[in-house]
Amino acid sequence: MKKRLVMGVAALSLLATACGAGSGSNADEIKIGSMFEKTGEVSAYGTAEANAVKLAVKEINDNGGILDKKIDLVEYDTKSDNTEAASIATKLATQDEVSIIVGPATTGAVKASTPAVTRAGVSLVTPSGTDDSLTIDENGKVQPNIFRTSFQDSFQGIALAEFATNELGAKKALVIGDSSSDYALGLTKAFEGKFDGEIVAEENFTADDTDFSAILTRIKDLDFDFIFLPGYYNQAGLIIKQAREMGITQPILGADGFGNEALLELAGVDNVDDVYYSAHYSPNSEDAQVKEFIAAYKAEYDVDPDMFAALAYDTVYLVAQAIEAADDTTPKALTKALEDITEFDGVTGTFSFDENHNPVKSTLVIELQDGVEVGNTEVTP
Amino acid sequence: MEAFLQQLINGLSLGSIYALIALGYTMVYGIIKLINFAHGDIYMVGAFVGYTAINTLHLSFFPALILSMVFCAILGVAIERIAYKPLRNATRVAALITAIGMSYLLQNGMIYLVGSETRAFPQVIKNKVYEFAGLQVSQTQIMIFATTIILMLALQLIVQKTKMGKAMRAVSTDADAARLMGINVDNVISFTFALGSSLAGAAGVLVGLYYNSIEPMMGYAPGLKAFIAAVLGGIGIIPGAMFGGFAIGIIETLVSGYGGSLIKDAVVYLILIIILIFKPSGLLGKNVKEKV
Repeated sequence: MKKRLVMGVAALSLLATACGAGSGSNADEIKIGSMFEKTGEVSAYGTAEANAVKLAVKEINDNGGILDKKIDLVEYDTKSDNTEAASIATKLATQDEVSIIVGPATTGAVKASTPAVTRAGVSLVTPSGTDDSLTIDENGKVQPNIFRTSFQDSFQGIALAEFATNELGAKKALVIGDSSSDYALGLTKAFEGKFDGEIVAEENFTADDTDFSAILTRIKDLDFDFIFLPGYYNQAGLIIKQAREMGITQPILGADGFGNEALLELAGVDNVDDVYYSAHYSPNSEDAQVKEFIAAYKAEYDVDPDMFAALAYDTVYLVAQAIEAADDTTPKALTKALEDITEFDGVTGTFSFDENHNPVKSTLVIELQDGVEVGNTEVTP
Repeated sequence: MEAFLQQLINGLSLGSIYALIALGYTMVYGIIKLINFAHGDIYMVGAFVGYTAINTLHLSFFPALILSMVFCAILGVAIERIAYKPLRNATRVAALITAIGMSYLLQNGMIYLVGSETRAFPQVIKNKVYEFAGLQVSQTQIMIFATTIILMLALQLIVQKTKMGKAMRAVSTDADAARLMGINVDNVISFTFALGSSLAGAAGVLVGLYYNSIEPMMGYAPGLKAFIAAVLGGIGIIPGAMFGGFAIGIIETLVSGYGGSLIKDAVVYLILIIILIFKPSGLLGKNVKEKV
């Protein structure tokens, strides 16, 4: 009796697994996984992206879905914790059996998720993971299942180095980097490789620092033309504040990590003078598509979308275009379709993927004076 | 030399914060031999109360500071009554684990309430920078230092000159004997928590003003550093906590000011290890022989 019960349970569970495998291609729904840093230290990026993803999915579903199927968004919060990200990626790819995953926002989380999604063969498109090595493994081969909508760090570092030389006419750089993030390390490396001038000094801090007075006091009297500050807004804001209050007036150059309203609040609007950063899109664009997106996002969430929201929004439409092109919802078909995407037209520009799964696009360098965007320069390195 | 003095000023501001938090650690330890790991999180709560007082209630800085101190005092007493008092006769490990649990409860409770993003503290005081002899001192630095000194003097006065202070010292020496002398030990312990927590609350508001950034996990690192400060000065000794706080602040700033910004935390923790090996009673502590 007992034996038969065990057999029965085994058979049932087999049946369940079989059914589970089938549910990935449910007849009237396409399952898309969404994993973002909705809480935790980089929640400002993650929340904006998760919101934009929800908005894009809602728009697509309201317009009848893709291939006559609605999108079923399976959402998770990685809590800004890379270990959590890895387990969520596993869960999405194996248990939830999604067709494709959008997110997470940061490089570290994408790296943590890579092994799981590659093993399962489910592609992941990160809106804003910018580290070069995300799409390339240690042997220089392309990661088969990782794609991104944003440009990569080396591209930003190179663009910023060119901007410093050509637009600012600067010769002496000072680097203040976050030694605890892959993002800052990648940016610094690319910048230093490209910059023709002299690097006067290189200072480092770690992610939970709030007091930069010691570093700033030390560099105050050095002779340099600008500060290169690869870091996220939460530290960058404080560094800008403390530097300006200390009377350090040189221009400060950063990357897309500056792109958050909180930067202005943390630094104090008066202190954000001569600050430049590379961005994926500018909310002041005259483009009709961009304006439509801004209006829709604002109507839904009552705040202006930042560039992270824009990238995430594009990511969903990119995935939608791939699904349509593939005319299929299996992870394998979608990966192939993503690779073949050409001329995707989104709010962050028009692009195709190169052989390393990086979009080919240009960057904007935005200039802030008194906390207000006063201009942007397009840089195509 | 100028750079050194400037770093010293930076270190004093940071040290003031550590000292204020360290005082709470030391007082609680002195009286019930408990390392209150939730103390760093009370400091965080203090920062958020200050934030709310200024942003929502539109108070100016000093009323916000006092409101935050009062709130934290009440919170400290509540924590003591609810979480620690039932365990007073339990093992010290049980109380310690409860304290760690309390710390996580406060952190995650705050994340639940306000979200975990870093937010800017309202800048109610225009930050002017004074220069003399090539040295820069900002108004907030002066204020932090002055507030710290005033609070410390007030604390010394309370502990040394008032009846309650006398009772605190008595309970700290021998709780049972104090009870026999008619001292209400429970009230004295609560009073100690109130005092220590209000100082942490003040530190929270000052840090918010100085660094302009607060978040629910902000109490963790300074809490640990303040604990090290308390151990360095001699845990349980009030002047020791002040001394330790300033010392740790200055050491940290000097290390990072002279190129070691990546190892500054390592240096601080190394100091903890060295102190624990060579002078576990702290720099200002006396070696007391334990009676067998």
